[in-house]
Amino acid sequence: MPIANSLRTIGRRSVNAVWRTGYASRFFVMTLFYSGTSFKRFRLIVKEMFSSGVMSLIIILVAGMFVGMVLGLQGYETLKRYGSESALGSLVALSLVRELGPVLAALLFASRAGSAMTAEIGLMKATEQIAAMEMMAVNPIARVVAPRFWAGVISMPLLAAMFSAMGVFGGYVVGVVVIGVDEGSFWSQMQASVDFQHDVLNGVIKSFVFGLAVTAIALFEGYDAPPTAEGVSGATTRTVVQSSLAILMLDFILTAFMFQGA
Amino acid sequence: MSAPLVEVRDVNFAYDSRPILKGINMSFHKGKLIAIMGGSGCGKTTLFRLIGGAIKPTRGEVRIDGQVMHELDQQGLYDMRRKMGVLFQFGALFTDMSVFDNVAFQMREHTDLPEEVIRDLVMMKLHAVGLRGTHDLMPAELSGGMARRVALARTVALDPMLILYDEPFAGLDPISLTVVGQLIRKLNDALGATSVIVTHDVQESLKIVDYIYFVADGVIVAEGTPDEIRASDKPFVHQFVHGEMDGPVPFHYPGGDYRQDLGVAA
Amino acid sequence: MERTTLDLWVGAFVVAGLAALVVLALKVGNLSTYNVSESYELQAHFTNVGGLKPTASVRSSGVLVGRVTSIVLDTERYEAKVTMSIDKRYQFPKDTFANILTSGLLGEQYIGLLPGGDDAMLKNGDEFKKTQSAVVLEDLIGKFFTTSVDAK
Repeated sequence: MPIANSLRTIGRRSVNAVWRTGYASRFFVMTLFYSGTSFKRFRLIVKEMFSSGVMSLIIILVAGMFVGMVLGLQGYETLKRYGSESALGSLVALSLVRELGPVLAALLFASRAGSAMTAEIGLMKATEQIAAMEMMAVNPIARVVAPRFWAGVISMPLLAAMFSAMGVFGGYVVGVVVIGVDEGSFWSQMQASVDFQHDVLNGVIKSFVFGLAVTAIALFEGYDAPPTAEGVSGATTRTVVQSSLAILMLDFILTAFMFQGA
Repeated sequence: MSAPLVEVRDVNFAYDSRPILKGINMSFHKGKLIAIMGGSGCGKTTLFRLIGGAIKPTRGEVRIDGQVMHELDQQGLYDMRRKMGVLFQFGALFTDMSVFDNVAFQMREHTDLPEEVIRDLVMMKLHAVGLRGTHDLMPAELSGGMARRVALARTVALDPMLILYDEPFAGLDPISLTVVGQLIRKLNDALGATSVIVTHDVQESLKIVDYIYFVADGVIVAEGTPDEIRASDKPFVHQFVHGEMDGPVPFHYPGGDYRQDLGVAA
Repeated sequence: MERTTLDLWVGAFVVAGLAALVVLALKVGNLSTYNVSESYELQAHFTNVGGLKPTASVRSSGVLVGRVTSIVLDTERYEAKVTMSIDKRYQFPKDTFANILTSGLLGEQYIGLLPGGDDAMLKNGDEFKKTQSAVVLEDLIGKFFTTSVDAK
């Protein structure tokens, strides 16, 4: 009975998915619950901020610069047709601060730092380091997972802000220095249209939420990975795919809430 | 004789109703070095995890120092584990920490000792395994035998009363093998602890342990001192000790009729 | 606890991130023109606000003097009621004109204030009596056609 069989497969998959969701939620709650240690010993977080935040700096800065330059070029080409090149500043800044900064920085963060987190924790599990910690009466969620989680959550908004700032600079270089748009109107138009609360703060909130989602997914996938080479590599791939999807979906939801009617 | 430190009473364990252990009884006395031996997949790692309290027996109980392991709550279990040292199969050193930090790990997590005291203690532990000079290296820079010795130093960092070794001899060259074996014996005697080795390395174990349990198919098939085991004429023990290819542990996995599988129906 | 190069890197990272935020707030955004504590509220009714939105600027002689805080429909008069917060430094006479204007042909809409000659000044909670609604392009085109037909 092929129909009955495929129905059974669908049923089993759905039950599995629900099961995993529940396990993931419990894992997330445990992470928050056992976060006390990492704040009492802030060095643990600092150490992880180095590997997730500082190590992502180069890619974030370079990518931000180029995205800003492309925006400057494309924006100019489009705005020129309507004779409003002076609005280039606000176009570059608004698209970066509201959308591209948080989203692209989070996507890069997921593939740079998120995948590394998954691989690291998956390998720690495969080589029994997690089990060893447990047998030494040290809670691995408190000692390994929570510091990485908070390091990611703190790093993400900072990286997104740097991405946006770098992008604005890239747009300035192309728009003002290379093409020759009036510098005064570039900045003043930008300042007139970018609202601190409405645009900048909302962008920060977005990147904070993305940081939460990416690190939670990365850590869970690592912790849940089968302790084999294929298990870890599969989990790493899932981290990048799932967190990218999560970022884009959350972005839509957040945008719908934040910028409605304005 | 005083009450044993570890008592395994009528322990049964099953994964998804597939029985792994069936009615195991063991007792380990203080100061002794005990080996649990058996072929691959005989349930000795499961037994190991039961003693460590990582899993719960389906029936029966494991008592350590008078306390039933599976009745302890998380805090009680953690308190118990502080008195235990565990050496994992390949050492399980923390790859993101230096040798020094690995050995210091438990001291930093569980004690409020000042950093100078920790430093002296770590150096003493590393000296005991002959690797004081490696304290600045990362685990990736060590050879397999050295990593195992560092892991040994980390295992005894807090002077445990019970030390569990999971396959301490796996993948070691003959020299490292002897070194690790002798260290296990020496550390146990120096600490006055009780050590349990789960292994399939018969020859090395027979040289150092006080008592041996043979496990096969989830039951204890033989036990005794090394001399008794060497002299044993039980077919399983004989096969195991002398590494014979066929015997009570068959070479062939149970399958259908050979001729039928080849398509030449009888 | 000793300081390490790692601390230096993470410290530099945090400082750079915060600096980027400050740049976004001051250079890119309009935080430098915000003075939330030092402002007062004024209201105005318009028959049509067109594309005016909250946070749109309020200008007088082209100078930014405040921002629109809310736009609601007043169901007693069936007109749009616009609330704006104005910088305390700027006071306006009671007979000031409030117009909805557009910067450029397709640009953003904002409120332009045209001060009158009254001696009394508008206070917190007061209302602009004289307003002019947004120019709706369709109406303008419609008017243009009717007048040109009449002229014949």
